[in-house]
Amino acid sequence: MTDPATTPILRVDDLRVTFRGEPDVHAVRGVTYEVNQGEFLGIVGESGSGKSVSSLAVMGLLPGTAKIEGSIQFDGRELVGLDDRRYSRIRGGDIAMIFQDPLSALTPVYTIGGQITEGLKLHDKKLSDQAAQARAAELLTLVGIPNVQRNLRAFPHEFSGGMRQRAMIAIAIANDPRLIVADEPTTALDVTIQAQILDVLQKAREVTGAAVVLITHDLGVVAGNADRVAVMYAGRIVEQAPVRDLFQHPTMPYTIGLLRSMPNLTSPREERLVPLEGRPPLLTTVPTGCPFAPRCPAAIDRCLEGEPELLPVGASTQEAACIRSDEIAAGTLPRGEIFPRPETLPEAEAVVETATGNAIEITDMRKTYPLYKGAVFRRRIGEVHAVDGISFSVRSGSTLGLVGESGCGKTTTIMQILELSGAEAGTIKVADKDTAKLSKAERRTMRRDIQVVFQDPMASIDPRMRISEVIAEPLTVQNVPAAEARKKVEDLLELVGLERSFADRYPHEFSGGQRQRIGIARALVVDPKIVVLDEPVSALDVSVQAGVINLLEDLKAKLGLSYLFVAHDLAVVRHTADDVAVMYLGRIVEYGTSDQVFDRPMHPYSRALLSAVPIPDPDAEQSRDRILLEGDLPSPADRREGCNFRTRCPLYKLMPEDKQAQCREVDPHVRPVEGRDVACHHAEQIDLLTSATAA
Amino acid sequence: MSMLSTEVEILEENVSSGSSRRPNVLRRTFSSPQAWIGLGVIAVIAAWAWIGPLFAPDPETTDPLAFSQSPSGAHWFGTNSIGQDVYAQTLVGLQKSLVIGFIAGPAATVIAGFVGALAGYVGGIWDKVVVWVIDLLLVLPAFYILVLLSPVFKDLSWLALVVGIAAFSWMIMARVIRGQTMSLRDRDFVKAARYMGVGTFTIIRRHIIPNVASLLIIDATLGVGAAILFESTLSYFGFGIHAPDVSLGTLLAAGTSAAVTRPWLFVFPAAVLVITVLATSLLGDSLRDAVDPTSGANRD
Repeated sequence: MTDPATTPILRVDDLRVTFRGEPDVHAVRGVTYEVNQGEFLGIVGESGSGKSVSSLAVMGLLPGTAKIEGSIQFDGRELVGLDDRRYSRIRGGDIAMIFQDPLSALTPVYTIGGQITEGLKLHDKKLSDQAAQARAAELLTLVGIPNVQRNLRAFPHEFSGGMRQRAMIAIAIANDPRLIVADEPTTALDVTIQAQILDVLQKAREVTGAAVVLITHDLGVVAGNADRVAVMYAGRIVEQAPVRDLFQHPTMPYTIGLLRSMPNLTSPREERLVPLEGRPPLLTTVPTGCPFAPRCPAAIDRCLEGEPELLPVGASTQEAACIRSDEIAAGTLPRGEIFPRPETLPEAEAVVETATGNAIEITDMRKTYPLYKGAVFRRRIGEVHAVDGISFSVRSGSTLGLVGESGCGKTTTIMQILELSGAEAGTIKVADKDTAKLSKAERRTMRRDIQVVFQDPMASIDPRMRISEVIAEPLTVQNVPAAEARKKVEDLLELVGLERSFADRYPHEFSGGQRQRIGIARALVVDPKIVVLDEPVSALDVSVQAGVINLLEDLKAKLGLSYLFVAHDLAVVRHTADDVAVMYLGRIVEYGTSDQVFDRPMHPYSRALLSAVPIPDPDAEQSRDRILLEGDLPSPADRREGCNFRTRCPLYKLMPEDKQAQCREVDPHVRPVEGRDVACHHAEQIDLLTSATAA
Repeated sequence: MSMLSTEVEILEENVSSGSSRRPNVLRRTFSSPQAWIGLGVIAVIAAWAWIGPLFAPDPETTDPLAFSQSPSGAHWFGTNSIGQDVYAQTLVGLQKSLVIGFIAGPAATVIAGFVGALAGYVGGIWDKVVVWVIDLLLVLPAFYILVLLSPVFKDLSWLALVVGIAAFSWMIMARVIRGQTMSLRDRDFVKAARYMGVGTFTIIRRHIIPNVASLLIIDATLGVGAAILFESTLSYFGFGIHAPDVSLGTLLAAGTSAAVTRPWLFVFPAAVLVITVLATSLLGDSLRDAVDPTSGANRD
């Protein structure tokens, strides 16, 4: 036996995956990496970088159209070319996989318990039913699922997203695997749930001693969890290093750009993000030079001469595929100069036409959806309080960030505003006019003032219309002549950083970032005063996000716009918002200026939310306080007495009995605490949380 | 596996950029031989139906020298019992059948598209009413209704029959379009248009219809064959086209009694009917195959 610490459990050597088609797609082009026993490797890359395809190749789960070349050795055993039956013995036994979408990864017609025991018994034929049951119960407890006996008999649809992902991890570790491959395990989940799941994953790794390969697009997730990181670009690994080295001194320009383009909770708001322009190359042709060269500001002629190999940088353990990596490592080519921080707009360009007053003002708005039961005789059995009495205002010329997890009512709120027809209860004022009292003509005029940019740039643009028609659509409502509209469209294309000639193309010719710019152009074509941004960057790759965020900032300054910015990504909100409102279960729990809320959140939920956001800095990740929320978001259909955050509140547990009674019985109203509004009885005692985690 | 498919989709998307979508569907359609055969046969049949009679004897004229004659050089498809040329009659009948098919099939599609999109988009009470009407029409046997109404049709022109056929062939497609529209309604680009203040009919015309257009085109193509068959069936039983008009159905009816003794009266019109319907189905099917793998209306 050789020393287990030095023999890699997984060795991937020059792996190539080609999808047959017209033309062939070279998804993975020569990937080489090793995972040692018990090691946590993070593979980071944007969509289309080949990170998922390479891991599916390890699992032997690629479709028949994929041609796999190279070598994948698991524990000294060659996996490439293994038939499915033999593969199945390894899969689920020694190698386990956790998928991105736990809903489609679990079979809906079997119980959770059944699915765990199935895996157990497949790989150990001698296991008795009772032993398997007992082991399944043990596993569920391990991954933190309460009421084990009841939940073993539950079906996947009865579980929330977070619980399903826990169950997936339980299945994955059921047979004490030696390697766990997790493919974007938290991408579909909310940030507080993501923190829980990553915690469980770490625990699973400790218990089983397995090596973990975590595939993700989120550098923050990697920073806090991985030992070593591999960055993939255009089907290859372009940089590989221990996590600290990679974050502190990246040597491949792509990694540098990626790190600098990420909005960060800890960086000050005034600091501009560094955009990484361009898009990854098509994988249908094999590049002759460095695939990153067209986007790389440090590219020189030599970069185009041949694809650089992944080579050690100096004498360190760090490897990079860049011919200038030595210069970067030595400091002769400073990282900050490769991707310089763009200047903020000069004051002169900024239009100082900020109207006073509020662009949007909402008072005690409510929206309920009825719940029905029965197919033939439908009867109302209750209602969902999607938005439960919220008040906020967007000051003219400023940005209000509305943050919260899925299901908290953010989307309902903005849809109510955009309908421009009042609210179920409470008032919505847009530009000082009550939207409930608008006449039809007034409403049409107001449509000019308030526009929206949607989350998914693929879905928000009609694929069958030309870009010029897409952008000019709002003008058709306002009866603008065609020639004038055309001029306006081209001006806007230029304004959002696209070319005028794009007007005659079709949407599918553009990348996600470009489409989002088109969406922004469409919103601005009628010269609105207010723009509602519904998660405008969350569907975009990290490298593209920065450019869009900067664009939004510039436009706001140039045109004097007011933004209502809805997002679940707090780092993005940190960068864009002047004021922040944190929503939980249809209520606003904290509302104040961005600096107040981000620097010192006073509501236990905002504090937990902030502490759950991964920071792309391994040292900061390790040193900060983490407040993990327990459980999932309760159903908004249940009404409780008292504070609705009580069930998950970390502060509630620390309170003495009499104060807990207050939380249980009295619904906390929004009240001013330290200059901002907080809906918590005990906001003053918030620092107990920090001392509790420190202890 | 979901992750894989998205990844592959992204790759595919990178690949397919550069050419627009609609030519793609057309290219896929006409890369299959069925589509070419279907289109070619339809074109030939249509040309034959209108050009052929110029070189054929008059279908009304009786040839006193040839009663019930089998096919010959003078009468290619033979003659009937009163000496009329079957070839000429088949062509005239084919004309009428084609005209009815090409009007009634697409007309049903137009109704389906309009009604389905409106019901799906507007929703609420209108949707309920439309669905109720569709369900009602679906449970009523169209054939018997038209049979019952045939005395009325008798006094009207054959166009009334076209209306009748179209009125009973749109329901299923309307339900499909309604379903598609309901999912399109929640798509962001439709929402965006609504928040811009674009009117209902403009949204349906500008966003909904183009996005279900592939479905409608397929339905219209398949509808032609179905309408021709429907008309022939009605006419065969004597409830469709009435004299002096002729269609393939009436010719078949006239030939049935002699199908064994004088097969040419029956076989030739029947063969023409089968070939026509087959050709439209071939074309429609290959259109559908070209759109379906990516389920056209839903993909982007």
